[in-house]
Amino acid sequence: MIPASFDYLAPTSVEEALSVLAEAGDDAKVLAGGQSLLPILRMRLNAPEKVVDLGRIEALRGVRDGGDHLAIGAMTPYSDVVANDLVREHAGLLARAVETVADPQIRHRGTLGGALVHADPAGDVGAPVLALDATMVVVGPGGERTVPATEFFHDLFETAVGDGELLTEIRIPKHTGWGSAYEKFVRVSHQWSIVAVAATVRVEGGSIAEARVGLTNMGNTPLRATAVEQALVGSSASGLADACAAAAEGTNPPSDLNGDADYRRHLATVLTRRAVQKAMEG
Amino acid sequence: MTRITVTVDGVSCTDEVEPRMLLVHYLREVVGKVGTVVGCDTSNCGACTVHLDGRSVKSCNVLAVQADGHEVTTIEGLATNGELHPMQAAFHENHALQCGYCTPGMIMQAVDLLKENPNPSEEEIRVGLEGNLCRCTGYHNIVKAVAAVAASSSSERSSV
Repeated sequence: MIPASFDYLAPTSVEEALSVLAEAGDDAKVLAGGQSLLPILRMRLNAPEKVVDLGRIEALRGVRDGGDHLAIGAMTPYSDVVANDLVREHAGLLARAVETVADPQIRHRGTLGGALVHADPAGDVGAPVLALDATMVVVGPGGERTVPATEFFHDLFETAVGDGELLTEIRIPKHTGWGSAYEKFVRVSHQWSIVAVAATVRVEGGSIAEARVGLTNMGNTPLRATAVEQALVGSSASGLADACAAAAEGTNPPSDLNGDADYRRHLATVLTRRAVQKAMEG
Repeated sequence: MTRITVTVDGVSCTDEVEPRMLLVHYLREVVGKVGTVVGCDTSNCGACTVHLDGRSVKSCNVLAVQADGHEVTTIEGLATNGELHPMQAAFHENHALQCGYCTPGMIMQAVDLLKENPNPSEEEIRVGLEGNLCRCTGYHNIVKAVAAVAASSSSERSSV
């Protein structure tokens, strides 16, 4: 399968990328790592006239210590996110979730920012970014703005990033000392989550002092399970099942060949309990 | 058309390509590296795996223009001076191939796997090869071959 013809533009700075995008109008597609976009182009589900490749913009790669937060460049490949010591120490949940994305080859090419803007609800990056209270840095012709993760995901494949704009950085508040786990339920190891749960907790004296829980593939966007987070405060490892029973409340999971909505609701409660339990262990 | 320069198996290649050309088609049809095969064409099977700047990628999921200025190693670039790479030799010795179609990708991913984790457990080998499918389902001997290379290089290390 071969994509339809397109003009290829490879800017080397964010400023140049913005002006290229402004000139290209609405029939341009931004190429990050390409691990979702290239299959779409090959199957001709989309046939843009112009493809704007961000791969030559070095400034968009890497992880920086921003004091109370980590600043991750949007074009940082998954494998660099997973291997990064700062991420592992201060945002362990993100590393645990990202290491489950697809397979090693895809993780070498695919990028954190590309996946967030693609906003596939079955993708594994939305739930941890939501649960970790990240802030997205979006630049456009009007300058730079920040969008909290809770306002970033609008709908299926739709985010706060508008036409002519780019996601440049993901800022994650440090969760140093928090335990974390990503429980992913799949039929085939390198496939998309049927359901997955991202949990990170701060434990004090054997019980949960603070909890953050994100859900993958339980609706049109990744979701935050705030009712569970509140119910978990004060729980010990033996009292998790009750607090996690509400994990599917307010969700609207899809029904497909992998499972119907009721099955996914059930999975969400089970995986939430397992994820929180593992997160409490470290 | 876009002019690209890519180092393929140590040789610098400069060509005019259409931006929509996939790296795997560039390697096979323009450079002539037909050792790299197209398997599923949907980026599932990993048969087209090559190394791009030393890291494994699925070459059906990369545009040739994205490789401009970078280095590609294919299965044809693994052997040195006519001598098989240890992973190629181990696949041969352990009968780690049946029809052979997945083999170029399996070997390229296995080499990458041992570079990142020189001493993997059996489970780590299986997880490390999760993006490579064998249509003959001959995984057992593939895992055995990778383990054999890991074991022989770790005994080499300890004997130094």
